[in-house]
Amino acid sequence: MYKQIVITGFGGQGVVLAGKIVGQAAAIVDKLESTLVQSYGPESRGGACSAQVTIADGPIYFPYIKNPDILVCMSQSGYDKQHHTLKDDGTLVIEQDLVKPVGDRDYYAVPCTRYAEEIGHKMMANIIMVGFMAGITGAISLDAARSTVEKSVPKGTEEKNLKAFERGWEHAQATLKGRRHKAAGKPGVVA
Amino acid sequence: MTGDEACAEGALAAGCLFFGGYPITPATEIAEHISARLPAVGGTFIQMEDEIAAMASVLGAAWAGKKSMTATSGPGFSLMMENIGLGICTETPCVLVNVQRGGPSTGLPTMGAQADMMQARWGSHGDYEIIALAPSSAQEIFYQTITAFNLSERYRTPVLIMTDEIIGHMSEKVIIPPADQIRTEWRPKPRGRKDRFLLYKPGPNGVAPMPAAGDGYKIHVTGLTHDEKGYPAMSVEAQQQMMERLKRKILDNRDDIIMVEEHQIEDAEIVIVSYGISSRTSMAAMQQARAMGIKAGFLRLITVWPFAEEKIQALAQRVKGFITVEINLGQIHLEVMRAAAGITPCHLVGHHGGTIISPDQVLAKIKEAF
Repeated sequence: MYKQIVITGFGGQGVVLAGKIVGQAAAIVDKLESTLVQSYGPESRGGACSAQVTIADGPIYFPYIKNPDILVCMSQSGYDKQHHTLKDDGTLVIEQDLVKPVGDRDYYAVPCTRYAEEIGHKMMANIIMVGFMAGITGAISLDAARSTVEKSVPKGTEEKNLKAFERGWEHAQATLKGRRHKAAGKPGVVA
Repeated sequence: MTGDEACAEGALAAGCLFFGGYPITPATEIAEHISARLPAVGGTFIQMEDEIAAMASVLGAAWAGKKSMTATSGPGFSLMMENIGLGICTETPCVLVNVQRGGPSTGLPTMGAQADMMQARWGSHGDYEIIALAPSSAQEIFYQTITAFNLSERYRTPVLIMTDEIIGHMSEKVIIPPADQIRTEWRPKPRGRKDRFLLYKPGPNGVAPMPAAGDGYKIHVTGLTHDEKGYPAMSVEAQQQMMERLKRKILDNRDDIIMVEEHQIEDAEIVIVSYGISSRTSMAAMQQARAMGIKAGFLRLITVWPFAEEKIQALAQRVKGFITVEINLGQIHLEVMRAAAGITPCHLVGHHGGTIISPDQVLAKIKEAF
């Protein structure tokens, strides 16, 4: 097993923390190996930012990712820069309201910033995205993801963040269910 | 955790009780992490006014009897050079971490490089020997920081950890063993009459015992050329004696200090030589080359200084060539060339800095050169 995940967005969206949660869940809870490398500019907010997470069941030598299996885009500029790198059979996951994909490639979308605002804190968009991505791709287990979210967020915000995580996870389940129904020829369900 | 955090944890595991530093990307997280942890173990963290003072404080703490360290990146490393020399001349054990970034000058603060390797060798003035290690993962920097402290205590000398932004900021799994499984060393303490003590009279391994301030020994510590007592001695003979000792205590213990790791060297025709983050590129490239039927091997320099020249010399007799992989435009490559001494061709896969070298680039060079 060798899975490469790239998460892109702009600084302040919690892209690196999202990557850290994914990598940590895999390494500490799922007992795999993982690496996280990040790129960011000198500015702390607003600049382009990306996190590259590799998860494997053996040693990881080269931590950088050329062609990811999973590409998560939290911003349009991140998408524009990275979408052509995704493997042909890779999975594209986007922030529904912030990214307009081009072409006819299949993708999974979640309005995580809007959901986060509904929960009461738009800073939690990244946690919703982690829940959604985990639900869609199965890259990390539900238990691993949940317990890592709990440990990674500031004290006192655990409950809200877990709620955010579950919102993402549920949206993923609904999306997958919708697709199964659609595939079975039952239109009209959320897809 | 990140490599920077693992480094701070390694320092604590080694018994470091003093960190004097000045924040700089990408080394700040070492200071940040250890500043939060040191008070709990009775240690001291000071943010000094600049890197010159930071290095001075580290030397002072060592003479106060504590294990001490600092961490910086290229620009700060440049400022620390003078006091690194003072540490070498006064034989002061301490550890300095350089989380390398793109240079020269302010360069690329948030992007990695390995371009300070020659500065590590002779960046301070004078003709001295230095110990420098290069970790290749967060787990390794944890252990290597302990090793760096042990070597600095054993040989009474500053030890450099030459890591880089990529290792520093990369998050990986780090397993911290229980304290009783970690071996820590302490500088030899003097015994006998305090009034007859000689500060620089070496023991059997070429290293002199070292008292701490307050132990009751009357000592004089100076960056001037000095005699065994530590007093300034402005003569050709004193210079020769002091320099010989500084050189010999490192060079005569090369077998103990130099650590390398060999991968599929036995039947290798092409040997990749690398260190630090680039060794991960090299390992991947070697495996890909093997899968293509190319007899490639990999020599990883865990200790970069002193340089493992005997190893290269021996390999040069039987291999078709060397490829050095490093994020600079040829620094350790020149050392490999020097050791190979024209017997075997040496090639470089280098980079200007700012990113890691990809295994494809190494493979392309193997195909082009051999």
